[in-house]
Amino acid sequence: MKAQAQLEFPLFKGEALTQLPDDLFIPPEALEIFLEDFSGPMDVLLYLIQRKDIDILELDVSEITGQYIQYIELMDALKIELAADYLVMAATLAQIKSRMLIPQSEEEEEEQDPRSELIRRLQEYQRYKSAAESIANLPRVDRDFFLASAALPVFKEQQPQVEISAKELAAIFQETSTRPKFSAHHEIYFEELSTQDRIALILSILNTSNVIQFFQTYQKKEGKQGVVVSFLASLDLAKDGYVELIQNKDSSQLYLKSTTRGFH
Amino acid sequence: MSIEQNLTNIVESILFGAGRPIRLSEIRTLLGSQNIDADLPNIKIALNELEDRYVMSALEIKEVASGYRLQIKNEFGDFLYPLWNDNSNRLSKALMETVSIIAFKQPVTRGDIEEIRGVSVSTQIIRSLLDREWIKASGYRDVPGRPTLYETTNIFLNDLSLKSLNDLPPLPEALPVEGALDQLEVG
Repeated sequence: MKAQAQLEFPLFKGEALTQLPDDLFIPPEALEIFLEDFSGPMDVLLYLIQRKDIDILELDVSEITGQYIQYIELMDALKIELAADYLVMAATLAQIKSRMLIPQSEEEEEEQDPRSELIRRLQEYQRYKSAAESIANLPRVDRDFFLASAALPVFKEQQPQVEISAKELAAIFQETSTRPKFSAHHEIYFEELSTQDRIALILSILNTSNVIQFFQTYQKKEGKQGVVVSFLASLDLAKDGYVELIQNKDSSQLYLKSTTRGFH
Repeated sequence: MSIEQNLTNIVESILFGAGRPIRLSEIRTLLGSQNIDADLPNIKIALNELEDRYVMSALEIKEVASGYRLQIKNEFGDFLYPLWNDNSNRLSKALMETVSIIAFKQPVTRGDIEEIRGVSVSTQIIRSLLDREWIKASGYRDVPGRPTLYETTNIFLNDLSLKSLNDLPPLPEALPVEGALDQLEVG
């Protein structure tokens, strides 16, 4: 099953499946992989206990505390993001250890074993941890088995990943910040050439000849503005049905053909 | 084509085209919409007929929490896995522990989960489980702060090919801690 391909930390009693040596002298990178795989302080603690192959009930708090602190120091040294929970556990262990070291007086005989709460929680955690491992090994859709379907697939809109390097980002910022401010000033000019006048002009030309070419409707010296005004006038005339706009192919010459001969 | 054969083919087409598990009652409704009057036992017979037909094929009919669905037999999974391998199915131990606790103790709050796991439950894990629709918010616990209660969904069961929560691997028995500790020497 594919679950085995995942990084599993085998923690079953009696099965010494991890190869962490006692002196922890293994390459830090490899250790990092091990440590990152713990799901929390309880997991680390269970691992430490089970590595010793001892029953939780025979927990030697003193020894485990030492090992546990060694582990979190290592995790810290390896810059593994250490959740506060790990430190809470260390404090709990230290507290239990200290309580166990204090000699018991007669009156305190009845007091609970200081380890009992920790052991209860460890055992409770162990139940769910073991159940989680069983559930993780159940056949899972799209991992161990696949559905047969002829249904239309539901397409999720893929958000394209934006990949940009810091260098590119800096260049873009540079370019943006030095961009001229086109929007700084805005003045409105009255149009020198009016569309209305141009419509009248075109109609008067069309009075003399039935078909004209578009370039005949403006003068070169009018520039871009002249072309635009003529074009707007032509569209207006076409819309109202006075002319037909004819163009054989894209980008070929545009013709204006009068539909109302004898207009005026 | 006889009516029975026809019904079997219609049921097959529904299973194929649904793209999700479908209940016998839904199949009956779909048949009814075409004025085919079939009762649930008849539909079940058609499903059994299909199962017989699929014995020699790569397909099988599976009953899961949300009904019946058509799937490719597990033994062919290895051929398909490379086609679908997108790593989204690699679930962390922390996520599996979280969903297991929700499954066995539902409805639970984040606090309940943290109590057992001894580590704060990351928002990312809850979000990931919600995105998968393996869990859903089922309400609020009536205590200060009104924490959200979570429970598992049918999709969680479907994805693991289970019919109900009872089909989950059993939670190991709780051990009687106090009694056992009494026998220990303190100190």
